[in-house]
Amino acid sequence: MQTSNLIIALLVMSALAYFFGYQRSRGFARQLGGVSNLHSLPTYYGMRVALWCGLPSVLLLFVCLAFEETIISKMLLSGIPDEIRPTSIAEYNLLMNKIENLASGALSSEGVKPALLDAAAALGYLRDMSQRLLTGLAMLVAGGGGFWGWWRMSAQLRARQQVEKIFKGFLLLCASLAIFTTLGILLSVIFESVRFFQQVPISEFLFGLEWSPQTAIRPDQVGGSGSFGAVPLFLGTMLISFIAMTVAVPAGLMSAIYLAEYAGSKVRSFVKPALEILAGVPTVVYGYFAALTVAPLIRDTGTSMGLSVTSESALAAGLVMGIMIIPFISSLADDVINAVPQTMRDGSLALGATHSETIKQVIIPAALPGIVGGVLLAVSRAIGETMIVVMAAGLAANLTVNPLDTVTTVTVQIVTLLVGDQEFDSAKTLSAFALGLMLFLVTLGLNYIALRVVKKYREQYE
Amino acid sequence: MSKSSKPNATTERIRQTLAKRYRAEKRFRLYGVVAILFGLLCVATLFVDIIGKGHGAFRQTYIQLSVDYDADILGISDINDAQQLALADFSGLVKKSLRTRFSDVSGRKDKRQLYRLVSNSAEYDLTDRLKTAPALLGQSEKRWVLADDDIDTYFKSLNSSDGAFVGRTSEKQQQWVQSLIDAGQIELRFNSQFFSNGDSREPEQAGIGGAIVGSLFTLFITLALSFPIGVAAAVYLEEFAPKNRWTDFIEVNINNLAAVPSIIFGLLGLAIFINFFHVPRSVPVIGGLVLAVMTLPTIIISSRAAIKAVPPSIREAGIGIGASPVQVVLHHVLPLALPGMLTGTIIGMAQALGETAPLLMIGMVAFIVDVPGGFTDPATVLPVQIFLWADSPERAFVEKTSAAIMVLLAFLITMNTFAVILRKRLERRW
Repeated sequence: MQTSNLIIALLVMSALAYFFGYQRSRGFARQLGGVSNLHSLPTYYGMRVALWCGLPSVLLLFVCLAFEETIISKMLLSGIPDEIRPTSIAEYNLLMNKIENLASGALSSEGVKPALLDAAAALGYLRDMSQRLLTGLAMLVAGGGGFWGWWRMSAQLRARQQVEKIFKGFLLLCASLAIFTTLGILLSVIFESVRFFQQVPISEFLFGLEWSPQTAIRPDQVGGSGSFGAVPLFLGTMLISFIAMTVAVPAGLMSAIYLAEYAGSKVRSFVKPALEILAGVPTVVYGYFAALTVAPLIRDTGTSMGLSVTSESALAAGLVMGIMIIPFISSLADDVINAVPQTMRDGSLALGATHSETIKQVIIPAALPGIVGGVLLAVSRAIGETMIVVMAAGLAANLTVNPLDTVTTVTVQIVTLLVGDQEFDSAKTLSAFALGLMLFLVTLGLNYIALRVVKKYREQYE
Repeated sequence: MSKSSKPNATTERIRQTLAKRYRAEKRFRLYGVVAILFGLLCVATLFVDIIGKGHGAFRQTYIQLSVDYDADILGISDINDAQQLALADFSGLVKKSLRTRFSDVSGRKDKRQLYRLVSNSAEYDLTDRLKTAPALLGQSEKRWVLADDDIDTYFKSLNSSDGAFVGRTSEKQQQWVQSLIDAGQIELRFNSQFFSNGDSREPEQAGIGGAIVGSLFTLFITLALSFPIGVAAAVYLEEFAPKNRWTDFIEVNINNLAAVPSIIFGLLGLAIFINFFHVPRSVPVIGGLVLAVMTLPTIIISSRAAIKAVPPSIREAGIGIGASPVQVVLHHVLPLALPGMLTGTIIGMAQALGETAPLLMIGMVAFIVDVPGGFTDPATVLPVQIFLWADSPERAFVEKTSAAIMVLLAFLITMNTFAVILRKRLERRW
């Protein structure tokens, strides 16, 4: 039976188990004179039997499916004669592919070694066998579990507690997924990064001044051995983020101050959502806007002023990224400014300070930790932003701080290295994971500090 | 204080600086107004720019040809023979029609230019036409066929203020277009193919149909995974979690994941889902998985806020009449918190719909012509389609890209408006 059909069959069996459990508990209730004499409601008895039927069998199914392929290929390999036994992973993959295609009929059997034909036949046989075995086993476990659960029923059984325990276990599992995700991210980047640092020393990566990841695939090919000094990328990322922040921080902060302190409720109710539109626009749209509208505009303006501006200048990407971040900063700053107690404003105004003096000398100092936290979060966002820079910034890793020049960033390189064909044994592909690790660590650090600062600040006024 | 007495030094100093301070006050206020105007200007520029570039793509240039379904040119003797129909020379038919229309054109070079007036999809159009109406064989009819993208761009720019965009069209082609205009045989029609077709190398045939369907499949997977898991996690953290290290650790992780750059989730998808679990590339399943992992923190955080907003009195009342804590949550807290959870979920889905970067890592940038038919068919999504078209050199793709952005923004605005309405409608003040 196919896996999807098997799962449906197991679900049907669980539904049946629910029905039988429910009926049996009603039977108990009749004997005792009413449902109120049972420990739990009949639905809980039904659910308990259904769980006994469904849970072990589905778990078994997933465990078996996870190991099925590995076991089958091990068994196949042991039957292959020594002369065509693969010696490397690439050869092994090739061989397995060939056998796979022979078995599915995609490759004609003409002129193929008989040993391979045997293997293909064996593959078909093994697949068939394991499928049958799995179906039988899962059905058996489901039936047995269901029967066990049904058999052990009594009027005193604490069915509700048992069902609720499993339910809570499921909730805990879902909540713990966040930890597994972080773990998954860390493992995936660290594992490949370690392989990268075996080929390229970590000091060269962190402090090298030249970045050209093109490695020659064949020894006779033109194109150097590749150099992996990531400093130009770090500098480019910082340059673009800096430009973005010089746009976003003043604009975001001032609009937040105006909205929180000066604007009437009418203006506020119109301007706030209008600015928040900027936060909802997908980054690919900003990238397109930067590449097709802002970059040519900056280039033409620069040329008319006698400056040489590349068409993929850091300025264009940074400006547009700044626009994207404005609502982010303004809404965070708005929150912290509103959290400053009204008594502090009143006190300052009563002493004769003007409104702007109150803001500059009382409110902003009081809200400063929160604002700094918000700005840090915004920086982390600018560093990790991908689509704008992929579309509007260049690929050339120039070591420069001239905003009119082309620079490249960490995220751009990750995308260019990982889009298209990848081989996971070349330093070129692996370097993307090392860059990813750097990106993850830096943004993690910034977020951590920012969240701590914001939290600490909030506690002060609560 | 009377005027005759000695003026107070402090008051005097205040009076002297007062004008300056009021000016500073005004200036400060002005900065705020300028900042807000700048933000609004950015919104306006963005929309005007995109709409200005993209509105043209919803109409496409068509050319009217009088087609003579000549059995000899087609090489069909029996109309019911599917094999003959498949091999028939419809391209020759199109060329013949063009030659009859512009009978004065001679020379191979000119003829080749002439044939380039219409899109190469014209022959497929005629094939379909003859298949549905076999009686036309040997007859002739007037039929509107799709113009080539260069002609389309030229024709659309004829009336623009910047002058016509010539591009790759030759002078002869421009004369022919003029002659077609004079005869009323060229016109703009609603471009329904833009919404139904998949991607294509030919701009006039490219559409976002495939990308929209791919986005829907991907979002379905994302929703099916992230909504139940997110709600379950939020319920656990708000209602059942004991105060211990593990719970604290979970909270720290969720808050951090919400701020991790999206591209990192692409690396996760590539290394764990594709390389370790061997999920196939480029399919909605892997895209949905990665986006689900990415939106999960958003959904958990908003769901927790919604659960927190349900007053404790509800829970106490439930417990008081003998419900178990799980029953209280399932029967009372969850239904009351559902509107807030749904709002957060819709906003998370809108985020997932606009996300591009992680999908680039997991192979959803492939050039896919067919509209995907299932969760395991190779597919692309709307933002990635925009990214791909933005890179294409043909001028006509600029228009298509902007139009695709307009469709994407329309989806996002609809989703967000729906979320706001939902919140307003179902929000309950306790």
